[in-house]
Amino acid sequence: MGGHMSAIRLSNLDISYGDTKVVHGVNLDIAEGESFALVGESGSGKSTILRAIAGLAPDWTGGISVLGQARSHGVDRAVARQCQMVFQDPYGSLHPRKTIDATLSEPLAIHGVGNRGKRVEAMLKAVGLDQRFRFRFPHQLSGGQRQRVAIARALMLEPKVLLLDEPTSALDVSVQAEILNLLKRLRREQGLTFLLVTHNLPVVSFLCDRLAVMRHGRVVEVADVDLLRSGQLVEPYSRELLAATEGRAGVIA
Amino acid sequence: MAPMLEVKNLRVSFPTHRGRVEVVKGISFDLGRERLGIVGESGSGKSMTGRAILKLIRKPGLVTADRLAFEGVDILRQSEKQMRSIRGARISMVMQDPKFSLNPVMTVGEQIAEALVTHEKLPRREVNERILTMLEAVRINDPKRVAGLYPHEVSGGMGQRVMIAMMLIPGPELLIADEPTSALDVSVQAQVLDIIDDLVTTKGMGLILISHDLNLVSRYCDRILVMNSGTVVEECAAGELDSARHPYTRGLLAAMPTIDESRDELPVLDRSQWAGT
Repeated sequence: MGGHMSAIRLSNLDISYGDTKVVHGVNLDIAEGESFALVGESGSGKSTILRAIAGLAPDWTGGISVLGQARSHGVDRAVARQCQMVFQDPYGSLHPRKTIDATLSEPLAIHGVGNRGKRVEAMLKAVGLDQRFRFRFPHQLSGGQRQRVAIARALMLEPKVLLLDEPTSALDVSVQAEILNLLKRLRREQGLTFLLVTHNLPVVSFLCDRLAVMRHGRVVEVADVDLLRSGQLVEPYSRELLAATEGRAGVIA
Repeated sequence: MAPMLEVKNLRVSFPTHRGRVEVVKGISFDLGRERLGIVGESGSGKSMTGRAILKLIRKPGLVTADRLAFEGVDILRQSEKQMRSIRGARISMVMQDPKFSLNPVMTVGEQIAEALVTHEKLPRREVNERILTMLEAVRINDPKRVAGLYPHEVSGGMGQRVMIAMMLIPGPELLIADEPTSALDVSVQAQVLDIIDDLVTTKGMGLILISHDLNLVSRYCDRILVMNSGTVVEECAAGELDSARHPYTRGLLAAMPTIDESRDELPVLDRSQWAGT
């Protein structure tokens, strides 16, 4: 395997919700340390893939392996240790009755990791939150601060892979910039692998190395981000997405 | 000619246990038959401005202004009953999320009909015809079938087009669109805005487009107001956004990643620079 291991490998992955199959035969190989994006419109199955990798959509067939280890269909502690998820809405993803300290300590308690106080302190610092937030509740924090907590929680177990489901789409532009910078820095410092789901192509251009365009539950194109930047995506649907974004971004008097 | 809408020193405040908090702090602008964009981040007061114009802010919220007039009618002095003949008929508003602003137990056709017959007495057959033409105008293929559907049976983009149809069928003179596309997919956003733009231009209406997306607003409007914490910090023509001068506007523009992004880090707003509050 050319020296480096793949961080996430999906082979012939089909995912269903009940009787409805929403993802059809997806094959992807994401290298360790890579930042990879899944883009496409709502309902294209991109979030479902993240959920299956995280163990939240157990009804799948095919293969999912994380850092060379095949994932089971049930709760998989070994995978959870290596691979954590950040959700879209920081208003819905933090427990409203738990302090930030409790939220961040929970994954450590579940996995029996000691020295919790010190780790929480260090993590708050790493995501740029002041120590005074440690014993506050989510409702006392702004959206950007909450998303920092959600990222901190995902990083508490020192995973190698981070699954990011639209991590900035609920945030204001200026706050989005802060969170994107934070994600970029953390990836550099901790050598993380990102799998990012978004419909915002400029975010992909800023944060990712490669992208896969999805439609109706299938991957229609996998491309280097340079092709996105220079507008050279090949598939008609990818070009359609690109045109929609450029139409919005172009300033027309 | 007097402008269609005059706003002078508009203030909106809400009581809190620490005293009254002003969320709109004395903004002024005039609007003719043009497309005006109001841009700002959450909490900047942009939506409250839109709601104040329609007198939709309920007690204990308080709206004051030196002048708030639509076609010479002083909005602040109108009774609720008088407002009802303005709201919908002369000024209407498209809200953010069609999932929450459509009535789930009425068909699309019934809801559009309701919007029409509230303001005009028409024979049933004509109502039906108007509905179908309106649905066609918002580019819904097969309007007959769609008119019989319930809101949960249509997609987000189609739901928003239904909202637009409902808002435009009484033929208002001013349309306020508050984040009309932020609940929609990128690929559908442009379609919906094109429809609004097209209808507003051909009918010669005024438009206030409220959004947090600077680029989107600059594309669909003639003039832009940039709001920050309740005040207008910059006013400029849409084409001159690139030469915006206020540090907040410049900061917002710079903080957005672009499709051909090459910066290693995005500049972050230094909130201490202009935050007077």
